[in-house]
Amino acid sequence: MAQAQLPLETPLSLPGHPKAWKWYDYFTFNVDHKVIGIQYLVTAFIFYLIGGLMAVAMRTELATADSDFLNPNLYNAFMTNHGTIMIFFWVVPAAIGGFGNYLVPLMIGARDMAFPRLNALAFWLNPPAGALLLASFLFGGAQAGWTAYPPLSTITATTAQSMWILAIVLVGTSSILGAVNFIVTIWKMKVPSMRWNQLPLFCWAMLATSLLALVSTPVLAVGLILLLFDINFGTSFYRPDAGGNVIIYQHLFWFYSHPAVYLMILPIFGIMSEVIPVHARKPIFGYQAIAYSSLAICCVGLFVWVHHMFTSGTPPWMRMFFTISTLIVAVPTGVKIFSWVATLWGGKIRLNSAMLFAIGLLSMFVLGGLSGVTLGTAPVDIHVHDTYYVVAHFHYVLFGGSVFGLYAGIYHWFPKITGRLLDERLGILHFVLTFIGTNLTFLPMHELGLKGMPRRVAMYDPQFEPINFICTIGAFVLAFSIIPFLINVLWSWNKGKIAGDNPWGGLSLEWTTSSPPPIENWEVLPVVTKGPYDYGIEQRKGSTNENEEE
Amino acid sequence: MQGTIDSQTTAITADHGHEHPDFRVLGLLVFLISESLMFGGLFAAYLLLRGMHAQWPPEGTEVELLVPTINTLLLLSSSFVIHYGDVAIKRDDVRSMRKWYWITAAMGAVFLGGQVYEYLTLGYGLRTNVFANCFYVMTGFHGLHVFVGILLILGVIWRSRRPGHYSAQKHTGVTMAEIYWHFVDVIWIILFTLLYILTRF
Amino acid sequence: MGFSGRFGTMEQIPAPIWTLTAGIVVTLISFWVGQHHGLLPEQASEQAPLVDNFFNIMLTIGTALFLVVQGAILLFVIRYRRRPGDEGDGLPIEENLPLEVFWTAIPALIVIFLGIYSVDIFQRMGGLNPGDHTLHTMHTPEQAVAVVAEAPSKTTSDATALLAAAPTPEIGIGASPDVQGKAPDVVVDVTGMQYAWIFTYPDSGIVSGELHIPVGKDVQLNLSARDVIHSFWVPQFRLKQDAIPGVPTELRFKATKVGTYPVICAELCGGYHGAMRTQVIVHTPEDFEAWRTQNQVTATAPVISSLSDRHIEEIGVTPQLVAQVEAMTHHHSPDKL
Repeated sequence: MAQAQLPLETPLSLPGHPKAWKWYDYFTFNVDHKVIGIQYLVTAFIFYLIGGLMAVAMRTELATADSDFLNPNLYNAFMTNHGTIMIFFWVVPAAIGGFGNYLVPLMIGARDMAFPRLNALAFWLNPPAGALLLASFLFGGAQAGWTAYPPLSTITATTAQSMWILAIVLVGTSSILGAVNFIVTIWKMKVPSMRWNQLPLFCWAMLATSLLALVSTPVLAVGLILLLFDINFGTSFYRPDAGGNVIIYQHLFWFYSHPAVYLMILPIFGIMSEVIPVHARKPIFGYQAIAYSSLAICCVGLFVWVHHMFTSGTPPWMRMFFTISTLIVAVPTGVKIFSWVATLWGGKIRLNSAMLFAIGLLSMFVLGGLSGVTLGTAPVDIHVHDTYYVVAHFHYVLFGGSVFGLYAGIYHWFPKITGRLLDERLGILHFVLTFIGTNLTFLPMHELGLKGMPRRVAMYDPQFEPINFICTIGAFVLAFSIIPFLINVLWSWNKGKIAGDNPWGGLSLEWTTSSPPPIENWEVLPVVTKGPYDYGIEQRKGSTNENEEE
Repeated sequence: MQGTIDSQTTAITADHGHEHPDFRVLGLLVFLISESLMFGGLFAAYLLLRGMHAQWPPEGTEVELLVPTINTLLLLSSSFVIHYGDVAIKRDDVRSMRKWYWITAAMGAVFLGGQVYEYLTLGYGLRTNVFANCFYVMTGFHGLHVFVGILLILGVIWRSRRPGHYSAQKHTGVTMAEIYWHFVDVIWIILFTLLYILTRF
Repeated sequence: MGFSGRFGTMEQIPAPIWTLTAGIVVTLISFWVGQHHGLLPEQASEQAPLVDNFFNIMLTIGTALFLVVQGAILLFVIRYRRRPGDEGDGLPIEENLPLEVFWTAIPALIVIFLGIYSVDIFQRMGGLNPGDHTLHTMHTPEQAVAVVAEAPSKTTSDATALLAAAPTPEIGIGASPDVQGKAPDVVVDVTGMQYAWIFTYPDSGIVSGELHIPVGKDVQLNLSARDVIHSFWVPQFRLKQDAIPGVPTELRFKATKVGTYPVICAELCGGYHGAMRTQVIVHTPEDFEAWRTQNQVTATAPVISSLSDRHIEEIGVTPQLVAQVEAMTHHHSPDKL
C-alpha cells in the first residue's frame, strides 16, 4: 500500500521509489497505469473463464432438446450472467481497462494517466462488483437476461436481480471514471513533439470509446436505478398496472447498450490497427480514414439503439428511422475492414500468433458485420429478432471480433508487458483450435435462428437437435482451446525467451522503452520524429539499412 | 522507431520532469458531461411518462409551490455567493473566500432542510403514483448532489485553514467546488421547471 | 478490388482478365447462394415472400462482399507472406484516395438502396399501418352480446363496458396496402402468460390454446400480455410482435398455405420460456367454419395442450390454472390504461 500513502499532488515523483514492482504490488491500490492495466487484464481473464464455464454448461444442456442437465431457472441464471460477465467483466475491462491503461500513456509518451489515483479507484470498483455478481448466485442468480427487461426482472429472483443491478452500476461508475481519465490523458498529455496525425490509432479508438462510454453509461445507470426502485421500494416506473411503462426501460437500456457494442469493438479495432502494420511491415492504409471512422461510428452509434426494439412497442416511423441509421453504421465499419485488408497488400506478412488472430478477426468480423446489416433492417429483423440468428451474429462480432482482438493484443504486447516472448507453437495451436471452435459453434446458429429456434431457451423443438449438437461440440473445442493458451502464458511469463525492447520492430512509442517498461516508462521522454506506421518509408528513400529496426 | 531516445539528439528537448500540469478542472468538466446525461436520462423518462398520461400529475396530487420557490431563490443566490468566494481567492483573500464558502454551505444546508420539510408535509409519498415516484427520485437524486456539493465546499474550507494552501495562483480545489455548485444549481432550475412550474399548466 | 496489377503471380496473363474472371465467378456464386441457401422455413403468409426476397437480395450482396474480402485476405496472406530470411519492410503505401472513395461510396450506395428498399418492403408488409382498422373493428353490440352469452358469471353491462374500453393497438404490423381501410375478416385476441398463449375469438366467444385461422382471409391478432413481456412468433409467417403488458399490439396478415405451424414465444419470459409453444392451424375456409361451429358449442379447448406432460408437471399447470385462464378470458385487460 506504499503508493496509496504518498502525498496527493505528486504520487509518482518522490525520490527513491522502487525500481520495479514486486508481485504483491499488483494486489494493492497501486496508481501506476501499467500495474492497473495488468490488474484489469488478469481480473478480466478470470471472469472470462467463469463466464466460459457457464457457456459450456449451457451448451451441454442444449446438446439435447429436453431440459435435462440444468434446472431451467439455473439455465437462465447462467445465460444472464454469462452475458453480463462477458460484456461487463471481460471484454470491456480487458480492452478498455487493460490494454487502454497499459498502452495509452506508453503510446503517447506520457509517464502515467492524467489522474492516477482515480484510475486505481476505477479498477478497484471492479472486484467488489464481480464478487457481488457471483454472490447473487446464493439467491438464485439474476434470471432475466443481461437485458433485465421488466416486468420479468421485477418478479424473478429479485434479491439476485438487485445485486446484479448494483454490480452493473459499480462497473458503470468505473467505466465513467475511466472514460474521464482517457479523454483528458489523450487530449492533453501527448508528448509535445507528437502531432495529432501521429497519434497511434489505438489512442484514436480509445478516445472515441471513452466519449461513447461517457455519454451512454449514465443513461444505463438511470434505467437500472429506476428498476432497483421498482423492485425494492414499491415505485411503479415500469409497472403498467400502476401507470408505469415497460418500454421506457428498453429505451434507457439500449441507449447505453447499443453503444456498449462499440465500447467492446472500437478498442479492438484500435488493437487491429496496431498489430496489422507491425507484422505486415507496412504503413497502415488510410490512417485518417480509420481515425475518423472511429469517431463516425461513435456519433452514429448513439442513434441506432431502437434496432433492438423492432418487435417491441415501437411505432412504424421509429422502426424505419432506426433501420436507416443502423445501415449507415455499416459504412465507416466497412472502411476500416477494407483499410486493413489493403494494409496486407504488398506487405511482408509475419504469420505469427498475434497476426493470425488479427487476420482471423478480420475474416470473422466480415461475416458478423454482414449478418448485422440484415439484422439492422426492420423487415428481416422482425423474423429473426430474439432468435439464434442474433446469437450467431453477436458472437461473430464479440467472440470472432472482440475476443480474437484481445488475443491478438495479448500475443502482440505480452513481450512488452512481461519482457518475455510467448511460445509460438502453442500460440498457433491455440489459434487453430479457437478458429475451428468458433466457427463450429456459431456458424450453424445462423440456420437455427432462420429456421425458427428462439434464443434464451433451455428446451427446444427436437427438429433442431442435430445442429445444436454440432454447436455443443464446437463449444467444447473452444473450452479446450484455452488450455494451450493458459499453459503458454503461465510458462512464458516465468521461463519464456527474453524478448528485448522491441521484438517485432514496432515503431510506436511503447517500443522505445525497455520490456517491461520502468516505473515511469522512460528515463528520458522520447521525441517523436516520424509517424507510428512509417514502415518501409526510409527503405523507399534508400537512405537506411533495412535491418535498422531489428 | 517513431521516437528516438538517442540522448545526443534529445538532450535539449527531453523532458526530465515527472510532473504534468493540473488537469483536474478539465477532468471535472468532462465528468459533468456524464452527470448531465444521467439527469438527462431521468428527465427523458419523466417526460415520456408524462406524455403517456392524460392527467399529470394525477388527480389529488398537488404540487406545493411556496417552499420550493423560496428554496429555488436561495439556491440561485448561493451561486452568486460562491462566486464571490472565487473572486476573493483570486485576490489572494483567503479569509473572504472562507467567509463566502461558509455562507454558501449554509445556504445549501437550508435548501436541503427546506427539501426535507417539503417531503414531510406533502400529501403524497414515494409510492403514491408515478408522478410521486418521479418527484421523489428526481428531487432526492438532486438533493444527494447538493449534499456532495456541500461536502466539497466544507472540504475546501477545511483545507484552507492551512496558510498558503490556496492562493491567487493555486486554487484548483476552490474552482472545482464552485463549478460543481453551479452545475447543481443549473440542474435544479431544469428540475424546478419540469416538476413544479410545468405541472401547473 | 483493384489490387491486381504489376505484381500478378502469372505475369503473362493480364491482370484485368483475372479480375474479370474472379468477378464473374463471385457474381455467379452469389446469385446461386442467394436463391438456393435453403436457410428459411416454408412460406405460409403474404408477408413471407416479401421478407424472403429482401433477405435473399441481402444474402446475394453479402455473399459477394464476403467472397471478395475473404478472397483478398487469403490471397494477400499467401502471396505477401514473409519469406524466411527476409527482414525487410513492405511497400510503403499509405493511402490511395480513389480507392478509398470507391470503397466508401459503394457501401454507402448499397446501404441507401437497402434502406429505401426496406421501407418499401415494410410498407407492403403493412408495417406502416398498425391501427388502420380502428374505425372498423369496434365491436358491435350484437358481438358483445354474443360474447356475454358465453360468460354466465358476468352481467351484460359489465362485459359491454369492458369491451368498449379495450384499447386499440397502434403498434405492430397492420393492414397491408390491399386491405387498407377494410375491416379484417377474423379478429383474435391473443393473450400471453407464463407459459401459454390463449386465443379468444371475440365474435364467437371461443377460447382456445391453439390458433385456428382460415387460409387466405385477412386475420388480425390483438396481442396483450398478463404478466411479463412475451413475443408472438410464427417463423413460417415471418411475423413477430411482442405482447407487452400495458401496451396493446397487433399482427395482421393473410395465411397463404393450409397446414400446422409452430407458435413460439420469442421474448425471455421465465424458466420455461422455451416450452411456451403452441401451434397455429391454417384451415380451408370450410374446415374453419366447421371448427368454429363445433367449438362454439363446447366452448372449452385444450389450453396447454402444447406443453409436454413432463413440462406441465414441472411448471405446475393445474386445473386451477386452467380455470384461471378461463376466467381471465372473460375479463381480459380490465385495468389497462
